[in-house]
Amino acid sequence: MVTTAAARRIKRRAVAYKTFGQCAIWLVLLLMYLPILVLIAFSFTEATNIGTWTGFSWNLYSRLFQSQEILVALGNTLLIAVISATLSTILGTCGAIGAFYSKKRARSVIEKVTQIPVVNAEIVIALSLTVMFVFLQTYLFGGANVFSFWTLLVGHIILQVPFVYLSVKPKLQQMDPALYEAALDLGCTPNQALFKTTIPEIMPGIASGFLLSITLSLDDFIVTAFTRGAGLLSGEKNIETLSTLVQAKIKKGPIPPEMRALTTIIFLVVLVGAILVTVYRNVKAKQGKKRVGRY
Amino acid sequence: MKSPKSRKSQHFFGNLKRIVSFKRKYLSIPYFIFLLLFVLVPILIILVYAFTGTDDAGNLYFSFDSFVNFFSSPTKVNVLVVSLFIGVLNTIICLLIGYPIAYLLADKKVNKNYVMVILFIMPMWINFVLRTGATRDLLNMWGLKGGEYPYLSTMIGMVYNYLPFTILPLYTTMIKLDKAQIEASRDLGCNPVQTFTKAILPQSVPGIISAAEMVFMPTMSSYVISDTLSEGKLTLFGNSIANSFYNSLWNDGSFMAFIMLVLIFVTMALTSRFGKEKEERKVGLW
Repeated sequence: MVTTAAARRIKRRAVAYKTFGQCAIWLVLLLMYLPILVLIAFSFTEATNIGTWTGFSWNLYSRLFQSQEILVALGNTLLIAVISATLSTILGTCGAIGAFYSKKRARSVIEKVTQIPVVNAEIVIALSLTVMFVFLQTYLFGGANVFSFWTLLVGHIILQVPFVYLSVKPKLQQMDPALYEAALDLGCTPNQALFKTTIPEIMPGIASGFLLSITLSLDDFIVTAFTRGAGLLSGEKNIETLSTLVQAKIKKGPIPPEMRALTTIIFLVVLVGAILVTVYRNVKAKQGKKRVGRY
Repeated sequence: MKSPKSRKSQHFFGNLKRIVSFKRKYLSIPYFIFLLLFVLVPILIILVYAFTGTDDAGNLYFSFDSFVNFFSSPTKVNVLVVSLFIGVLNTIICLLIGYPIAYLLADKKVNKNYVMVILFIMPMWINFVLRTGATRDLLNMWGLKGGEYPYLSTMIGMVYNYLPFTILPLYTTMIKLDKAQIEASRDLGCNPVQTFTKAILPQSVPGIISAAEMVFMPTMSSYVISDTLSEGKLTLFGNSIANSFYNSLWNDGSFMAFIMLVLIFVTMALTSRFGKEKEERKVGLW
């Protein structure tokens, strides 16, 4: 009797703890998503300010796709993200492979320099690059404007490339070094061996470096604002990305109504992405279990 | 029948080929040059600009003008002090909220699902300027105007933005906690408070350090969050640097960036023992 009462008490406590824990998690999650969810809710009504409901409508969505300004910014953002992430991935992967096969001293120098942009404040990266471009502009180009898509691209690559390096590095360390040697022994040239053994082995690291680069680029404001010039879809005007456009708008007033519709779309894209990541993880975990089971 | 001379030249070309031929370590050369040109050189130029002035003809001359300008201006020093304060405060609040949440997320008795962790990371994938604007508009809707309560609304925006960055490194430490040690402390008669201070807290110090690193520096150097949520009423160090950029005050801006760099190196030196964690956490996002 006593033992069952005690057992029941312990069980009750465990249940209470679990309920409390889950409530706390959900409460914080709700608070974190509240601003976004409110924007999404009010993307289905046309009022200028959130908080006033003027009846359900899809109009903001059609207005979004007619807004030249937003579409240009969105296009620029995506172009910059894809171009800079691709270049960063190539540069960072090569850097990681090269450093991995370098002598210890060379490697430690490369790693130290890699750490600088990682720990540095974004605004310092942005300002130091800008000051250098201004310096070049004044003393090398005789005052001609150097700020363009290219300076912006350099800024974005600097933000991303250390993280590609750091994503690839652990995969190189886990790699089986005998594979490369075997490929050479079987008659591969060093180039072929690299592409047929090393690259496939470190592919997960390259992929996560690329995805991380994309997110860093999409989210960046300060480096873009400092280093941009005219170009891309903005033509003669300064390149406008989503971040800089939204910042310019919210400095003057509330988020423009069309952007509420855009938030909904971004949220859905991110949600689908998150679901895919989860599914991929689960599938991989299951495969891993199977493989372990076989041996 | 080869003359010794031709054999020598063959030897030379053989060597040359071996030197020029592809070696895997050469792959890091473009990467290193890129970092050299766009990371190290800019920082050197910042250091030059921080301790020079520009005359009317555009020539640089050595001076401590920016240094004197900064430290003789009470408003500028005040901005630095306020930024440090806000940075510390935000770090503490994020840790106070993030720590228990990360613990609960990692506790198998409460949550077995990795989806919950993804839900906490997901806001990071939505454009942060948009999120900041959304927070401001929501606070306005509730009558909390940034112009009237600049500190309060900025703090809310900061916590809101940096909480995911705190939870992620804490979570990665928490799932590695030694459960046996916690059980043992309970079995040996520790009460929950003692278990926490003696078994859980010491094990999670690396996570706390890297979470604090993730929050402190970005908070005090942030620009968009303070500018938007306080309606321009609250100037943080990041805003000061950005303002010097918008006014083309390169020397003053460089000096402030130099102060930021010094602060970064000081915090790095203080936390270097736990440096390994930091690079892993952002990469761990994927």
